[in-house]
This record gives sequence, structure tokens and C-alpha cells, in this order.
Amino acid sequence: MRVPRYWRNIPFRYRLVGWRCNHCGTFHQEKPIICKRCRHRELYEVELPKTGKLVAYTIVQSTPKEFNLVSPYAIGLVELDDGTRILAQLTDFREDELREGLRVEAVFRKIRVDGEQGIIEYGYKFRPLIE
Amino acid sequence: MTKVFVAGVGFTKIAEHWDRGLDELMAEAALKALEDAGISSVNAIYVGNMLGEALQEQAHLGTLLAEDLGLVGVPAFRVEAAEASGAAAIYQGALDIASGKSETVLVVGGEKLSDGLGEEVSSALMMSGHQEYEGFIGADFYALNALLYRLYDKRYGAGGVAMFPVISHDHAVGVPHAQYPFKLTLEKVLSSPFIAEPLRRMEVSGIGDGAAAVVLIGERSAEKIKSPKTMLHISSSSDYITPFERENPLHFRALTMAVENVIREAKVERREINFIELHDASSIMAAISLESSGFAAPGEAGRLAEKGEFSLGGRIPCNTFGGLKARGHPVGATALYQVAEAHLQLTGRAGKNQVDSAKIGLVQSLGGVAATAFAILLRGV
Ligand SMILES: [Zn+2]
Repeated sequence: MRVPRYWRNIPFRYRLVGWRCNHCGTFHQEKPIICKRCRHRELYEVELPKTGKLVAYTIVQSTPKEFNLVSPYAIGLVELDDGTRILAQLTDFREDELREGLRVEAVFRKIRVDGEQGIIEYGYKFRPLIE
Repeated sequence: MTKVFVAGVGFTKIAEHWDRGLDELMAEAALKALEDAGISSVNAIYVGNMLGEALQEQAHLGTLLAEDLGLVGVPAFRVEAAEASGAAAIYQGALDIASGKSETVLVVGGEKLSDGLGEEVSSALMMSGHQEYEGFIGADFYALNALLYRLYDKRYGAGGVAMFPVISHDHAVGVPHAQYPFKLTLEKVLSSPFIAEPLRRMEVSGIGDGAAAVVLIGERSAEKIKSPKTMLHISSSSDYITPFERENPLHFRALTMAVENVIREAKVERREINFIELHDASSIMAAISLESSGFAAPGEAGRLAEKGEFSLGGRIPCNTFGGLKARGHPVGATALYQVAEAHLQLTGRAGKNQVDSAKIGLVQSLGGVAATAFAILLRGV
């Protein structure tokens, strides 16, 4: 991945910042020109809450080449406290504690290293929340 | 609009063809289809392929194939819609005939996955998802299917869903072009390792190479070309790429729309359809596909599969030559195999896999997790 491609999506990857439609409320990870659901053009920048609950999870064994150093890894569908659902890698968990409804929080982590350019790519992952 | 007919089909065996290139496989399938139709040239060529750039570093597959077929001069290009690329090529071919621009069209689907290492193929297949979002975090096709499976199990109970690979394998036994022509028991499916829990290795299609082709013709040519023919209708629809951005991820709305449109266009009822070629890239996608296209109530597909409704001899047989799971899933070629098999059924050439007095067949092809859907209806003439 070239640097500009990685760089332009940093707001979402680093801080869960995206754009929400002023009309229908749909969240967009990348800045859209028009709402993908209702075609409204007024969208505002929003930082998503950093805590939520696990709706579903899986442990991926298939290992695309970008992830062969971290395989197997966990992918979760997370419902954030404002109701937005996002996909995330899960981290810092014991396998026996993963369950539907588990409270989780976002953390900033290394996601992968680009083999050709050597860029270390960072982003969000979610881990069990200790309350 | 003129009517569109299938007048010839051809395909290679699906396997890991280490000794043969993508263009050679496509040429073999194409020449067989032309021979089946009894013609030697066409007005246009469309190629369905997803991963030529990623695995062969080869674009420009249309003209490359025209050259391999000795048909330089014929307009030829490739069409891409992820795993539904083959169906997208058929769509373009059918439009070309329907518009009256062409009278004869060759549509070829080809894919050669064995040119990549396993991890490269997994990576390349992620291109059907949203790379900047799903791809960046490694939420691949299997992960998305596993999450759908969890949600499905919670809402309905997933009992019976693991029957879909069993049915496909039953049907593939003795099929010469199938990649995995052997029986697979439910016990074997349920004891195979997880590829992404709760989805098991034996619930997803494998990796193979293959090419398949169909010759499409218009009404005027149908009077002259004497090969067995079927009439073809095709519709398509799209959905949000990430299933969890849809209002109901357990409903493939794009497939619903495509199927409703194609049966309306063909003026048939669901109950008149004699068999279905499903896009069973995973067991859970097979189940949701049948439910979304109105052949099972939500949450019921697995139970109906257990009862034998989708087996040969059942109410509505599915994947009559083994489907994606057992015949094989060379991505961009798959829809061409499906249409070729449906054509063999409807022209009484399906051998031991023949669906008795089959008159109408439905083919479903999906890109990604049903973000692109095609429904193709074939009827005997
Ligand atoms: Zn909106």
C-alpha cells in the first residue's frame, strides 16, 4: 500500500472518526460526497464512542498474506455505545472470555506491516473492557 | 428487444491445472462451446474473470482469448464483478444480443487460482470486500460468513445448514468435470476444522482452476443454428458491500431483487422452476440464498435440506452437478459452469444427474457476500 492511500484513512483507523448523515444518521468510515443510504448531502464529522459490546466474533484461520504473522486472529462485530456497528480485530483476550454481549473498548494497535514498502500500518482493535 | 438463446456450452475439468495457463483453459472451453453450437465464429466475445491481474499479472483477457481462438478482429473484452464476474459477462453478452447489435456472442469465464500461494489467493479474494475497511483489518470472506452464521444461529438456530455441502457432494459423484466428485458425510463436515468458527473447512468451496463457456444467439440465428437451445433471461442487483451495513444482514436483498425481476421478465412462477444452481461458496450462503429468493421461509432452509427437498429427486433439486462446493468454484468461471449445467439439464443431456422433465432452471451468482447478485433463468424451447 502506498503512503497516501494509508494516510487518507487515518482519521477512522486511529480515532474512529468518520462522517454521519444529518438526515438518516448512517455512519460512513470514509468521507462521502453523498449519503450512501438516503443520498442527503449534509454530513458531519463524528468521533465514535470507544466502548461497546461484542455482537458476534470469529477466529480467522485462513490467513490472507497481509496477516500471516498474526494468524490466527479474531474478528468481531462490535456495537458501540451509540448503536453504530463496526468490524474490528479483537486483541488482549483469553479465548474463553469471548462471548456475545462482552463489553469491549477500542485500543490503538499495529495492524500489519506492508511487505513491499515496509510501512507499519496502525489502527484500532477492540479488547475486553475491565470495568 | 430480441430473445436470447443459449446454443452451445463447453467447459474444462476443474482441478489444479499446474501444466496449463489461464488462456489455454479458456480457449479449450470456448472451442468446445463453439463446437457444441456448430459455429466457428461470433460477433463478440465477453470474458468473465476476477483475479487475472492479481494472480497472473494479466489484464486484457478479452483480446488475448480472441487471439488464442484465431478470432482476431472480433470485439472482445473482460467484465468484472468479483465472484460473479462470469454472470456479469453473461449479462453483457445477453444485452448485446437483446439490443440487436450482435447475433452471436461467446461468453467465457476463466480463473486460475493455483497460480497463487494459498495466502496470496486468500489475499486476492479479499478484493471482493471493501479493502479500505474490511480488508485493512483482515475481515475476509470466511470471517464475514462466520459472523453471519453466528447471527443466523442466534435468530433461527443453524440446524441443517451443514447439509448443503453434503447435498452438493452427493450430486458431484461421477461428474467428470467436478473437482471433488466424492461423497461427503455430515459427520465429516461437522468434524472438519474451523476455517472461521462456527464455519468449518468442509462448509466452504475450495481452490481450483477452470474455464467454461456459452454461446448466446439471437432469434434470427436460432432459426439457422440446429443445436439444442434454451432461452435465457438475466437480472442483477447490488447491495451494501459489508453485510453488516444492511438493515438485515440475514437477508440477501440483492438476490431477492434479481430473482423477482428475472421471473417477472420471464413470466414464470417460482413453483414452475424445476431446479436451482445456488452460489454455495459457503453453507450459510446457500441457506440464506434459498430463503432470500423465496424457496424457503427465513430460518427454514437447513431443515428443508435435511428433509431432502433440495436433493436430486426432491421438491426442488439444487446444485445438480455438485455446485460450488463439489463441482468447484473457479471464481470468474463459476457462473458459466452453472449456466452450462442448467443448459444440459434443460436439453436432456445431464446423464445420471438429469432432473426429470426439467423445463425451467434458475442460476444464482453472487459477488462478495451477496453484494452483487445475478439471477439467470433458463427454459427449454
Ligand atoms: Zn443519509
